[in-house]
Amino acid sequence: MIPAPFTYKRASSVEEALNLAAQAGEDGKFLAGGHSLMPLMKLRLAVPETIVDIGRLGELSYVREDDGHIAVGALATHDELARSGLVGSELPLLAHAAGQVGDPQVRHCGTIGGSLAHADPAADLPAVALALGATFRTRGPSGSREIVADDFFLGLFETALQPGELLTEIRIRKPQSAGWSFQKFTKRGIDWAIVGVAVQGANVALVNMGATPVRAAAVEGALASGMGPSQAAAHAADGTSPPDDLNGPRAYREHLARVLVRRALEESAARA
Amino acid sequence: MKVTVSVNGKQIAAEVADRTLLVHFLRDVAGLTATNVGCDTSSCGACTVLLDGRSVKSCTVLAAQADGREVTTVEGLSGDSDELHPMQRAFRAEHGLQCGFCTPGMVMASVSLLAENPSPTEDEVRTALEGNLCRCTGYHNIVRAVLAAASEGRPS
Repeated sequence: MIPAPFTYKRASSVEEALNLAAQAGEDGKFLAGGHSLMPLMKLRLAVPETIVDIGRLGELSYVREDDGHIAVGALATHDELARSGLVGSELPLLAHAAGQVGDPQVRHCGTIGGSLAHADPAADLPAVALALGATFRTRGPSGSREIVADDFFLGLFETALQPGELLTEIRIRKPQSAGWSFQKFTKRGIDWAIVGVAVQGANVALVNMGATPVRAAAVEGALASGMGPSQAAAHAADGTSPPDDLNGPRAYREHLARVLVRRALEESAARA
Repeated sequence: MKVTVSVNGKQIAAEVADRTLLVHFLRDVAGLTATNVGCDTSSCGACTVLLDGRSVKSCTVLAAQADGREVTTVEGLSGDSDELHPMQRAFRAEHGLQCGFCTPGMVMASVSLLAENPSPTEDEVRTALEGNLCRCTGYHNIVRAVLAAASEGRPS
């Protein structure tokens, strides 16, 4: 399987990447590590006419402390996040979840920015970004802006990013509460989550329980009203619309969500 | 586009279609056919090679992404020496292969693992090889081979 024909352009700066993307228009795509986009292109589910390779922009590959936040460059790989001492100590949820993405080969290539911008509801890091209350910094034809994670994921593979707009940095305030957990259920180690859960403090987010990663608002509300983990977890599937597919019917996912949320809340409470 | 990749220490330059995948560059342009195409969906790991020293699935990397970088395939593991690389020796000694199709990828993923973690536990070896599938299900001997190679590499 090979992708449909496209024109490959390599950017050597963010500025150049934006210019190349502007020239490419709506049929252009940024390529970071390529481990979300390339499989779709090989299946011809994505058929961009122009690929703008941003994979060598060292200026977007970093993890640093910045004014009470951890700032993560969009090109930090899953492997780098999993091994980062700073991420491990300040954002253990992110470090742990990044180490659970795919397999070592995928983690050597795949990037956090690529995963977020791709917005696959079955991916791990979008839900983690929701649970961490992340803010995304972007640069585009009309300048720079910040988008909070709750406003970023609009639909299946659809985000608030405009054509030619590049996600450059993920900013996460250092969590107040030490409790966190990440749970995912897969048939094989390398599979996408059938259902997953990310918990940071009182924030609970779900993987693969709808067309986008979603906050488990009913669970968060139950926790806020003083319910314990198992009572709150009973609301895990409330208001969700999980897919019905080869990996399981909707009711199975709803059941999994309740079980995984309970485990996640218990683990998070034990860590807090 | 013109792509130049250092493959096993040798510069390989060619004009290829932009959509050329690294695995096809290695097999069809460089003529190195040990790297197999298995599932072709970045699941099975048969196409694993080292890119700048770290394991990647070459069916999911463009040749253009490897332009100017270093690739090592199983053919280049022991350099110019006629000796097998310690990982290859360990796979042979521990019967870490049956049909052999997954073996080049298994060996390269294992070499990458030991570069990152020279003394893995058995659990760590199993986890690190989760992206490499063996249809003969010969996993026990593969894990044994990686542990043997790791212990050979340790000063006694």
